[in-house]
Amino acid sequence: MYVAVKGGEAAIANAHALLADRRRGDRAVPALRIDQIVQQLGLAVDRTMGEGSLYDQELAALAIMQARGDLIEAIFLVRAYRTTLPRFGYSRPIETEKMLIERRISATYKDLPGGQLLGPTFDYTHRLLDPAIAEGGEVAAPVTREADAAHTPRVTDLLAHEGLIEADSGGLRHNDEPKMNDSEREVGDLTREPLQFPLDRDLRLQALARGDEGFLLALGYSTQRGYARSHPFAGEIRIGEVEVELDVPELGFAVSLGRIKVTECQMVNQFKGSAKVPPQFTRGYGLVFGQAERKAMAMALCDRALRARELGEDITAAAQDEEFVISHADNVQATGFVEHLKLPHYVDFQAELGLVRRLRDEFEAAQEPRQEAAE
Amino acid sequence: MSPTPTYNFAYLDEQTKRMIRRAILKAIAIPGYQAPFASREMPMPYGWGTGGVQITASIIGPDDVLKVIDQGADDTTNAVSIRAFFAKVANVATTTRTADATIIQTRHRIPERKLAEGQILVYQVPIPEPLRFLEPRETETRKMHALEEYGLMHVKLYEDIAKHGEIATTYAYPVKVEGRYVMDPSPTPKFDNPKMHMSEALQLFGAGREKRIYAVPPYTEVVSLDFEDHPFEIQTFTDPCAMCGAEGVYLDEVVLDDKGGHMYVCSDTDHCEERRLSGHRGVLSGDPLEAAE
Repeated sequence: MYVAVKGGEAAIANAHALLADRRRGDRAVPALRIDQIVQQLGLAVDRTMGEGSLYDQELAALAIMQARGDLIEAIFLVRAYRTTLPRFGYSRPIETEKMLIERRISATYKDLPGGQLLGPTFDYTHRLLDPAIAEGGEVAAPVTREADAAHTPRVTDLLAHEGLIEADSGGLRHNDEPKMNDSEREVGDLTREPLQFPLDRDLRLQALARGDEGFLLALGYSTQRGYARSHPFAGEIRIGEVEVELDVPELGFAVSLGRIKVTECQMVNQFKGSAKVPPQFTRGYGLVFGQAERKAMAMALCDRALRARELGEDITAAAQDEEFVISHADNVQATGFVEHLKLPHYVDFQAELGLVRRLRDEFEAAQEPRQEAAE
Repeated sequence: MSPTPTYNFAYLDEQTKRMIRRAILKAIAIPGYQAPFASREMPMPYGWGTGGVQITASIIGPDDVLKVIDQGADDTTNAVSIRAFFAKVANVATTTRTADATIIQTRHRIPERKLAEGQILVYQVPIPEPLRFLEPRETETRKMHALEEYGLMHVKLYEDIAKHGEIATTYAYPVKVEGRYVMDPSPTPKFDNPKMHMSEALQLFGAGREKRIYAVPPYTEVVSLDFEDHPFEIQTFTDPCAMCGAEGVYLDEVVLDDKGGHMYVCSDTDHCEERRLSGHRGVLSGDPLEAAE
């Protein structure tokens, strides 16, 4: 009985000791090390960093180990630590155009400046379980080449030269209208200010970037199956390292804080135009820490769907509903509230018991005269 | 690896506490109004009292004496966990005695003992919006509060009466605060609603996941919604507490066997203990208090 009188404290301590034991498992098996997790479970580390909103591979790996591999629990651990960190300032926007690219593909062009680069992908692998991995065999060194000195332009920039796609900042191209300049716009911060609906796209993208991969995947999928269809093309997906720079007012210039790996997805979506706006392509955008292609693509689909209001489209499906999507995308919030049903609720249940008993008594009392009349 | 994490007094950093205190002050200034605040991730899950914990962390000082209850009891698992958290991160004195506490954090109950001036009752709130189950959209409910448009709630209560002959809400029963805002009292049984009215203690409500804080200042009018011909009524129990013999208190039903046998005991464990210490006996309590433990 989990409400044993005066027993709660000891019970909790014992439960946690058992948890620690189960986490470690058979002592005859060597314990995992943080560097093993970082090196060999890199995509789990990436997901934990992305949805945990904290770029630190070692802390993410520690969280995964402490959480026994439960990634939502690991994400929660990282978030609860992240929130205690002081905020020194905001970095400059990262320049994904200058990314040191490891993977870059476009589904809209056969070939393009910078080329197609497959990189470390599961795509085109045959999903056959590989006993060689279980046996711990040697892995051959991969083929490498020197990085291209020339930069690799983004596919959307290629389209933009022709005026065929909306500007980078969002905002449709009207005839003769200069590209909207949003470098001066203040970007919101959902970790410092409470969300207030309706949201602008900056806050929506922040929420999506830390949103649950599975939830966004399902919503993105739903747009492909006709619930807010948006005719997407994977204009470009690129994965690689970018520099993070911070403006230091005392110095008067930006200093580099280091490099982070990110995945960027630019979806290119059809837009038929309206009376005021000529037909052109619109964008859905995804940007996630680490290598997280599925998440970035799902995020881009959701971003585009959520722009329905801005683009004057009918809101007919769940994926377009801002309050629905953003309020439920955070898996730390969702898991907490779903799992809180485990907590004792017997005071309220008692109140409901009393009500149901009384209503049943009244129901039965009302039946009796009818039965008598029938007999 | 990054340096070993260290934490501030009462866990939250001082900037965050200031932000939360500003929201609390705003909430006190507009009784019943849900003030948004930039809720933080806490080291316990959302839905497990993070709103209440953030309020307590923001107002607690080294001299405070903290009591934490869940379902009226000090020894329920989550109450134990939250009390241990503050004992650890703020090193404050804790108590189970309602009278001795300066701050009482609660989930689902208001203590039976009348609270006094200077005490603060901090509620953990899952869904702060009383209109949420009638209108899921925040943009809409905010408008309804702004326009004092509470017709929907009255229709719901009326439909209850039409269907069941009475208002079929037994907990989280909506109240109107100081004649203005309709407020969710958190999922306390409606039995506790009258205790909120003109309370001498300050009542603060924290909803972490939903990022809202609201308040009922001392000596504030809190009226449960009802109709003239269907006045608000609280739950009554036929049996007194089997341990201390108390009547007119909220009771838990304890199942004794699988043949329908059950007994009723005080939900407020401190109240029950205090009564037994001063000699009150219920039908099942036996004589010495130790036997009950």
